[in-house]
Amino acid sequence: MRELTYLEAVREALSQEMRQNDDVFILGEDIGVYGGAFGVTRGMIEEFGPERIRNTPISEAAISGTAVGAALTGMRPILELQFSDFITIAMDNMVNQAAKIRYMYGGKGKVPMVLRTPAGSGTGAAAQHSQSLEAWMAHVPGLKVVQPSTAYDAKGLLKAAIDDDNPVIFYEHKLCYKTKSEVPEEQYSIPLGKADIKREGTDVTIVATAIMVHKALEAAAELEKEGISVEIIDPRTLVPLDTETIIQSVKKTSRLIVVHEAVKRGGFGGEIASTIAESEAFDYLDAPIKRLGGKAVPIPYNPELEKAAVPQVGDIVSAAKEILNRQ
Amino acid sequence: MTQTLNLPPHVQETDLAGLLKQMWQIRYFEEKVDEFFAKGMIHGTTHLAVGQEASAVGSIAVLEDRDKITSTHRGHGHCIAKGAEVNRMMAELFGRTTGYCKGKGGSMHIADVEQGNLGANGIVGGGFSIAAGAALTSQMRKEGYVVLCFFGDGASNEGSFHEAVNLASIWKLPVVFICENNQYGMSGPAKEMMNVEDVAQRAEAYGIPGKVVDGNDVFDVMNGVGQAVERARNGEGPSIVEAKTYRWKGHSKSDAKKYRTREEEQEWRAKDPIARLRDVLIQEGLLTEEEADQIKADAKKEIEESVEFAKDSPMPTLDDLMEDIYA
Ligand SMILES: Cc1ncc(C[n+]2csc(CCOP(=O)(O)OP(=O)(O)O)c2C)c(N)n1
Repeated sequence: MRELTYLEAVREALSQEMRQNDDVFILGEDIGVYGGAFGVTRGMIEEFGPERIRNTPISEAAISGTAVGAALTGMRPILELQFSDFITIAMDNMVNQAAKIRYMYGGKGKVPMVLRTPAGSGTGAAAQHSQSLEAWMAHVPGLKVVQPSTAYDAKGLLKAAIDDDNPVIFYEHKLCYKTKSEVPEEQYSIPLGKADIKREGTDVTIVATAIMVHKALEAAAELEKEGISVEIIDPRTLVPLDTETIIQSVKKTSRLIVVHEAVKRGGFGGEIASTIAESEAFDYLDAPIKRLGGKAVPIPYNPELEKAAVPQVGDIVSAAKEILNRQ
Repeated sequence: MTQTLNLPPHVQETDLAGLLKQMWQIRYFEEKVDEFFAKGMIHGTTHLAVGQEASAVGSIAVLEDRDKITSTHRGHGHCIAKGAEVNRMMAELFGRTTGYCKGKGGSMHIADVEQGNLGANGIVGGGFSIAAGAALTSQMRKEGYVVLCFFGDGASNEGSFHEAVNLASIWKLPVVFICENNQYGMSGPAKEMMNVEDVAQRAEAYGIPGKVVDGNDVFDVMNGVGQAVERARNGEGPSIVEAKTYRWKGHSKSDAKKYRTREEEQEWRAKDPIARLRDVLIQEGLLTEEEADQIKADAKKEIEESVEFAKDSPMPTLDDLMEDIYA
């Protein structure tokens, strides 16, 4: 099967959805001839025109709020924020409006919109362009939160997000954009709330998100050489969360490591760890659960410090050995 | 001299050769950054202000040392004009400990709070309210300083612009909002992103003066900003000054500039603000050709030395990672 990059897979999903549904349109800064800050929408304005690939002024509050209004009245807007950090400016519309409307109106009205945005560090853009803020959004009832790690998942999850009748935050990790995987040409949908076992193993379960899935896979390959068998679960969506798949895996391996790039303190890893602690899998644990996450520091500019601020392959390897008492 | 150059009275004491020198420093600084970025020796991204030297230098030339500025993502020129040492700026871009932010901030976050540079900013529109707040301090403590808030045409479409300008206006804060209208916000042409010709027209909505100046004529900038600063210093409140100019380079690293034409670029290059100042100074007999060449050569040498300084400076250690989060 042909391979696509993650970036191309996102673009393909967008294009296919737009071809089959006139209600779907994209709005955001520089998404027209420029093709978006990372080039995801490159070439799309030629096919769909400026009405449906709507270049906006630099106005995140207006963009997100307009999307809410359009969604509430029957359109299916997809808005692109150039960097997920700018969600702060769209926060009122996402948190106080989009997330709450359906509930507050007693189930009357719905807000089928997708906010797509690149997240994460590793590009040297420093503290205001490198954050992973998914836990903020996952905290708010009414929002769905998606974090694909592979091209295949990105395409299928984006379709599901666009088809969903609720506001969905779709985080694209910048370092995933160039990664490749096999992606079918036809449309397919990956249900929100279904984790994927990226690798089967028996000794330790690693739950990893976004770029950390790739790092965990590298770590697993290294650990395999030492006879340690790692199972890697990618939840793919934080809301809804497929707790069942994680519980089953922990029951099998008896050990759990959770790894994400976002700051560990208050991060989503705590949620996964406590979900296991509250579940029947708790009795199966042979070691305390380990959480790996970003240090509680703004992402620094210097490349070495930048790397040191978030978990790396070596950290995952050490954590696995530690949890298996094999130093 | 005053007649021909049309300088406001207090500008007569200005070191005009110094202005030319600063403009050359900015030009060479940006070109070096561009070069090292292309060589992969500078991390992250950069937004260069080549072509916009007159608005930075002219605006800050009318300030007193105690006055403060807020800057933007395209902030190298503002920092140099406010008196930043190019050595420490270059070191910052190389991620070294001798940099203004100890290698943690990078291009978009250069600041020198003690010298009144309250910081470049990675968030478009991030500086508006910070400038208003600094002006509020000046007003409440009767400190008498004025704050210059740099922003782009694109930034004036952010909600933060409207909120901060309104607040500054009702409180009569000593702040001058200086728009460097370089015709584009990333790829968005100013004329498509707002329905008024000039950003300065927006001042009317807030009951404050708005003035357009030739952003490639350092004296016109000094005049316009000089009057606004005087007004602010006299307790009469804020103004908007709009300097029409152009950025010669792309928005940042990966800009194919598909949104504008070669002809347009050439047209603006012909209005080079540095050549223009040089010619005037020579015509007026204020500088000989030899002196002008010497100024240029000196500036170039200083920038080259800054690269050596940066390269010779130490990298931060991992111990530095967690420092400076809290005071
Ligand atoms: C809140 C926010 N939105 C978007 C961006 C991405 N971005 C950085 S600079 C820029 C264009 C800014 O245009 P303008 O204010 O005119 O300044 P110029 O780049 O022309 O100097 C954009 C969209 C950002 N950094 N912050």
